[in-house]
Amino acid sequence: MASFFDFDVKNTPGKAYSSMALILVVLLIFPFFAAQFGNSWVRIIDIALLYIMLALGLNIVVGFAGLLDLGYIAFYAVGAYMTALLASPQFAALLESVINQYPVFGEFLVGVMGPEILANGIHLSVWLIVPLAAVVAGLFGALLGAPTLKLRGDYLAIVTLGFGEIIRIFMNNLNEPINFTNGPQGVNLIDPIRVFGVSLGGEPGSRATVFVGGFSMPSVNAYYFLFLFLCIAIVFVTIRLQHSRLGRAWVAIREDEIAAKAMGINTRNVKLLAFSMGASFAGVAGAMFASFQGFVSPESFSLTESIAVLAMVVLGGIGHVPGVIMGGLILAALPEVLRHAVEPAQQAVFGRIIIEAEVLRQLLYGLAMVLIMLNRPSGLWPAPKSEDRPDGDIDKPAPASGVIPA
Amino acid sequence: MDTFIQQLINGLVLGSMYALVALGYTMVYGVLNLINFAHGDVLMIGAMAGLTILKILNSVAPDLPGYVKLGIAIAGAIPVCMLVNVIIERVAYRRLRNAPRLAPLITAIGISILLQTFAMMIWGRSPLPFPQLLSSEPIKLGGALISQTQLLLLVLAAVSMIALVLLVEKTKIGRAMRATSENPRIAGLMGVDSNKVIVATFAIGAALAAVAGVMWGANYASIQFAMGFMPGLKAFSAAVLGGIGNIYGAMIGGILLGIIESLGAGYIGDLTGGFLGSHYQDIFAFVVLIIVLTIRPSGIMGERVADRA
Amino acid sequence: MSEQIILNIEGVNKRFGGLQALTNVGIKIMKGQIYGLIGPNGAGKTTFFNVITGLYQPDTGTFELAGKPYSPSAPHEVAKAGIARTFQNIRLFGEMTALENVMVGRHVRSHQGVFGAVFRHKAARIEEASIRARALELLDFVGIAQFANRTSRFLSYGDQRRLEIARALATDPQLLALDEPAAGMNATEKLALRALLVKIKSIGTTVLLIEHDVKLMMGLCDRITVLEYGKPIAEGVPADIQKNKAVIEAYLGGSHQ
Repeated sequence: MASFFDFDVKNTPGKAYSSMALILVVLLIFPFFAAQFGNSWVRIIDIALLYIMLALGLNIVVGFAGLLDLGYIAFYAVGAYMTALLASPQFAALLESVINQYPVFGEFLVGVMGPEILANGIHLSVWLIVPLAAVVAGLFGALLGAPTLKLRGDYLAIVTLGFGEIIRIFMNNLNEPINFTNGPQGVNLIDPIRVFGVSLGGEPGSRATVFVGGFSMPSVNAYYFLFLFLCIAIVFVTIRLQHSRLGRAWVAIREDEIAAKAMGINTRNVKLLAFSMGASFAGVAGAMFASFQGFVSPESFSLTESIAVLAMVVLGGIGHVPGVIMGGLILAALPEVLRHAVEPAQQAVFGRIIIEAEVLRQLLYGLAMVLIMLNRPSGLWPAPKSEDRPDGDIDKPAPASGVIPA
Repeated sequence: MDTFIQQLINGLVLGSMYALVALGYTMVYGVLNLINFAHGDVLMIGAMAGLTILKILNSVAPDLPGYVKLGIAIAGAIPVCMLVNVIIERVAYRRLRNAPRLAPLITAIGISILLQTFAMMIWGRSPLPFPQLLSSEPIKLGGALISQTQLLLLVLAAVSMIALVLLVEKTKIGRAMRATSENPRIAGLMGVDSNKVIVATFAIGAALAAVAGVMWGANYASIQFAMGFMPGLKAFSAAVLGGIGNIYGAMIGGILLGIIESLGAGYIGDLTGGFLGSHYQDIFAFVVLIIVLTIRPSGIMGERVADRA
Repeated sequence: MSEQIILNIEGVNKRFGGLQALTNVGIKIMKGQIYGLIGPNGAGKTTFFNVITGLYQPDTGTFELAGKPYSPSAPHEVAKAGIARTFQNIRLFGEMTALENVMVGRHVRSHQGVFGAVFRHKAARIEEASIRARALELLDFVGIAQFANRTSRFLSYGDQRRLEIARALATDPQLLALDEPAAGMNATEKLALRALLVKIKSIGTTVLLIEHDVKLMMGLCDRITVLEYGKPIAEGVPADIQKNKAVIEAYLGGSHQ
């Protein structure tokens, strides 16, 4: 796969840039092409792009630094719920509950914020929400990462899992006495994203069509371009991080933490940075998710989702950015594709649905993780290893065992 | 005070189930340094298998007394769970014995998902009602009530744990397990077949989980494909609390965690001035885990992990 | 060669449960020396190493590097202060190339963070270039420049050892501490290692060395301390150590020759 597309900017810049340009063109044309078959395909890719952002963020924690975070989805939730609170009527509900519980304090808050807020809630613009989501999620990343710094691999996994669950439980229950999250019902009526005066959700009454300049396009297409842009930005940042002093420090910790410390790396701080950066990507993705869907509920942030993102990273190639993108694409889009194809096929052949799409999705995730770990632990598209020998090299080391040091 | 005793009894019941599952986690970790992430799902398989057996019994021999039916269900669930666990070990974990750290854990997670998916396919996604086989006439104990099912659970748990202790301390396989758990290589040099020991460890852990699974169903009257995940996690926390690799630790940790959770859920409202309610019950296990790992990682009774240098 | 004391350690005691691993161990190394630490198996050499470099916490002891007290509380602080070490079982970053391994060694003497990584402003680019240049220099110094882009776990054992030394040198240490660098080497490889160590000495770096190969040590070190059962039993120049009765008994358990 790597031979057709070559991204080696240093050695073959011509081929690298033309490869990238080719892919970019395909990506830009895609929604118009896919729209021929109905909006649902673009919608699937929109969701897939969000998952790819998540996978890239988790890749920093698991892939670069080697920290198995099983509660990663908590940061997605933080970004999403933060957006829910600051870009929907939810804040009004929160203020109301404060007034009911602590009338004096509540009235004081209304006095400070203005009765407008009590009526409509807060509606920050996307330009504030995105950086805020990144920062708040990043802080949570450091917060939840801190207790895990001294733990060995499997304990770290369980503790992070615990944190993920704790966050979900809180989201599910922080509606009494003060209504932060509206509990299991979730928060809806979240504002769609508004850039340069254009709402990506489409103008009311236009059946979700967005008008830009003289053009019109379905809302899902508009979101597609936004998510694509964010994805590319995240890829850019990730690759820059990877090939930097910090990126090397992460890999050093992953490969041998004791040696890393002996070389002067402050592993505590570097690990916290990994958690924070990964979390901040998830926070941004979460904010996008909330606006795109218009609605968030604790169900979307379960352990299953954390594991799904992990499966994407594992399937694609732990630590290798192109592999992770591929893993994200496969595991996010494939189940939906199958749903469209497999269920009608089963109907036609068997007269009924034997395996539902939902079950198929789970099956795929489980099989992906088990089969890859048993047979190809470095993933479907791992980083190329340099075994190139200079001429006249007589010492031939033992052949690679094929098992990656994680 | 009555509430206190009631919560205590509930905690004991809950803790007994945790203890049974924690034993499975702790024994496997002791010999392999591996968290068998899928172990909680073995509990679920036990419950499902037990339910299936009960359904068959109900149609074939509906007049058998409740105790007998439950006994048969448990006796039937045990081999099913043992088979599942042994297959998992053989097919997945055995090949990863010397793999780098993340691989076995990720594989275990994958296996957990697969088990749940198969359960979903076989038994469906909705919760299934578990028949109430024992009389629902509660027994008065102290100032509190305990159902016959709960009492049976306590008895079965105690019997299982005693049986396990006897097995580990008095039998040849038990000695082999203890030796392998301390130093697999030296045990091997003494003639212990570590593969056999590991298979036995998985099998015994599964048997205990089967008992816990069927009784869980009997106690809560409802089971579902995803039911094993939370108890599994909590049981692992209990194992860490007691000292990972240490079977006495697992027993004590399990019971202690059950009591902490029960009392905590009962009193959390009062403790936090109404801010947090009993829905937050699940958090206790995680908080305990984090505290233990931060303050005293070797647990209450000290960990016993294999020297895998 | 200046008479500056690079490493001055006194009164180190370390107990592990019931075992007194180190009893009143001290060491004084002058700048530019190659200083050896020898002793039978279990004498406490690696334990002492681990104490000096912050992997173990001593019960007592004073620690001074180049005249300044340092606290061996955390390995990365020790590296920052100026002691770089290698390990008995070579600890490389296996999936990284040889060059990247040495570049990690420069981590402690550089400081670009997230901002520099993402934006690559001028200062960041300059630092990255200097890190890379220095790393290449060091690879060349130890003699494996041709393997710069090879994944390090595919290097031969001898080359891996050189790489580990290059990485340690990258931290610009006041003291290079090598834990059994000749372990597992044949005679030819040991000669090459000896030559490298002499080369390192020639550029003024002070070396502390644990080794089992007594012949190698006698021919290489300026001074030697001998440990037995965690206690220092002799200290001096190699010629004196060779004749020291206590040392001979420790190794051979009785008089010999």
